[in-house]
Amino acid sequence: MNPQRLMTRFGKALIPVAISLLVTALLVSLAGVNPLNAATELLRGSFRDLGAFANVVNFWIPLTFASIGLIITFTAGLWNIGVDGQITIGAIFASAVALSWDLPAPLLIAAQIVAAMVGGGLWGALVGILKARLGVNEIFGGVALNQIANLATLYMITGPWQPPEGGSVRSSPPFPPEALLPRLSDDFRISPLMLIGVVVALIVVYLALRGTRWGLQLKATGKNPRSALLMGVPTNRTVITAFIVCGMLAGVAGAFRALVVFQSLRPLVSGGIGFLAILVALLAENRVLLVPFITFVFSALLGGSAQLKVALRLDVALVGVVQGILVLTALLFKGASERFQATSSQPSRTATRPEVAHE
Amino acid sequence: MSDPLISTLAGIVTNATPLVIAAMGETITERAGIVNLSLDGSIVLSAMSGFVVAYSAQQILITSAGMTAPEAAGLSVIIGAIGAMVVGALVALLIAFSSISLRQDQVAVGFVLTLLGTDLAVFLGTNYARIPGPQILPTDLPLLANIPVIGEIFFQQSGFAYVSYLLVFGTWWLFFRTRQGLSLRAVGERPEAAFARGIPVNRLRYLYTALGGAVVGLAGAAYSLNVRAGWTVPPAMGGDGWIALAIVIFGGWHPFRVLIGAYLFAGLRSLASVIQRTPGIEINITLLNAAPWVLMIITLLLVSSGALERLLQVLPRPLQKPLRGILRSDPPAALGTRFERK
Repeated sequence: MNPQRLMTRFGKALIPVAISLLVTALLVSLAGVNPLNAATELLRGSFRDLGAFANVVNFWIPLTFASIGLIITFTAGLWNIGVDGQITIGAIFASAVALSWDLPAPLLIAAQIVAAMVGGGLWGALVGILKARLGVNEIFGGVALNQIANLATLYMITGPWQPPEGGSVRSSPPFPPEALLPRLSDDFRISPLMLIGVVVALIVVYLALRGTRWGLQLKATGKNPRSALLMGVPTNRTVITAFIVCGMLAGVAGAFRALVVFQSLRPLVSGGIGFLAILVALLAENRVLLVPFITFVFSALLGGSAQLKVALRLDVALVGVVQGILVLTALLFKGASERFQATSSQPSRTATRPEVAHE
Repeated sequence: MSDPLISTLAGIVTNATPLVIAAMGETITERAGIVNLSLDGSIVLSAMSGFVVAYSAQQILITSAGMTAPEAAGLSVIIGAIGAMVVGALVALLIAFSSISLRQDQVAVGFVLTLLGTDLAVFLGTNYARIPGPQILPTDLPLLANIPVIGEIFFQQSGFAYVSYLLVFGTWWLFFRTRQGLSLRAVGERPEAAFARGIPVNRLRYLYTALGGAVVGLAGAAYSLNVRAGWTVPPAMGGDGWIALAIVIFGGWHPFRVLIGAYLFAGLRSLASVIQRTPGIEINITLLNAAPWVLMIITLLLVSSGALERLLQVLPRPLQKPLRGILRSDPPAALGTRFERK
């Protein structure tokens, strides 16, 4: 790529970022806080010390798992809004193994993660079957299954997994020590296993989309399902497998939330990471290799949000606002620049439209 | 009003009112071919804005016009509702602009606005959470309220409910009894043909997206100034926007069927809470809360999978045709697609 094109691409990415920073700064000043102060506190909250940074990484890992899963369904042209529910069911399945199976640590950990993948995959398959076989729009199937997954968590916590002391409805009993993932050190509480897992998942999904028959089928289905079917692509099967694989990756994210972040099952265990992952996938536009960078920025924002609340009494919803505005301006900017290019490169098209006379 | 069944039914109408209004707004927008997926966020954002505007209006009326709080309530609620409608229309215009003028995916922009609307409402509205604000009380409609049963259920409600009845009837009248409605439906069904007839397709889509969005904003006001009066964090009406979107599909994009769908949903919700309060029935409350969502999947399954059609074929032939007319549920043919002059 020549330097000039690199510069334009860089500039294109920078303008939406600048716009959304400006809007956010305006909102923060509206709340009576100096935006520079807010930025400093945010950065301090995410990168103050190893503990704070570990917190960022612990957002990054599940968010990245879910986002690369979503790239698969996005490639197939599917709106997997149900990914949040797939994370939640993954967490429930992992918790089921953690709370009831009596195995030595390595086996138990493996069983938990496999269970989470099975759970997330099943929940994804449900959306896929509803969509491909029964014609239910995946957006609505997903929204409903998200809510049902959240209620299933509440049901487990208030019913079968009520802690023995009975008083708390806030969580299941804590998981036994064998169920927890080993950490790098007490200062840097990161799970190396999950870190390796996320890198492997990134590479595998990248290669699968790029160089396999399945990847081609996903792309063909995403571009135009009808012509893909005519070309011999089994589109129904492709849709369902896309949902299953995305659900499995989301399930691992759910296992991470339960096993590493909470060490028990809690209501709203996903923490809305599924919805955030959809924003990531929108920004990444099906490019897997962009995902870890975007998720890192999002995670740094999440990691710093608690500090904003403590130091400046700014509501944590601000982080959601920043992320939302960023994606919105990116979409609008993309549309505007495409529009601009289209009109400047084809000036003749507007001049030769016969229909103009009708208006 | 002593009969418990009648008061339950009247309660269902009260609870369904914001759903009816929201679904009607979306019906108008989708009939013109645009999907406003942001409903859940728009409702929350306009509920917050409506509450803040009404609250501030009330304070101003009290301090500068010397009114008492109850005196100022009615006018401030109206001002708040207008504020909410403006917010709803602005969100919808953003979707129209990005999809019509910037050619971006309606679903993508709508989804982002769903999340953004909620977060923005929570961030901007934190200071207004859980404070008492203006709300309007039920007023009997003269004459109509005295009709036995019907009057007690439908005409001893608050202003928002009366607006919702007018809205449903007005939408139906617009769609099927006016020239404008014919153009509106043409734009959503066959934009090319409409354009050939001289109808400004994209201009009408802008118009009806904004109009539908304003109505959705009114639904937000119906939450924060009527049903669950006040504003809370997290927002109490979260999730209802998605249900309203599903009701539009269930209602086959027809105003009266959408109305029935909203009442059915509210009815089942109230049934769930009745079951929960009935002594002797031991059901975990979370299972009952899951019921509306399971129901949502089942209804969409029925209308989307062709199961209804197969069911109809079993019935005697003379029954088939009228029933098919009632149950028909085809989306506007050009829903969610872009129209460009070639």
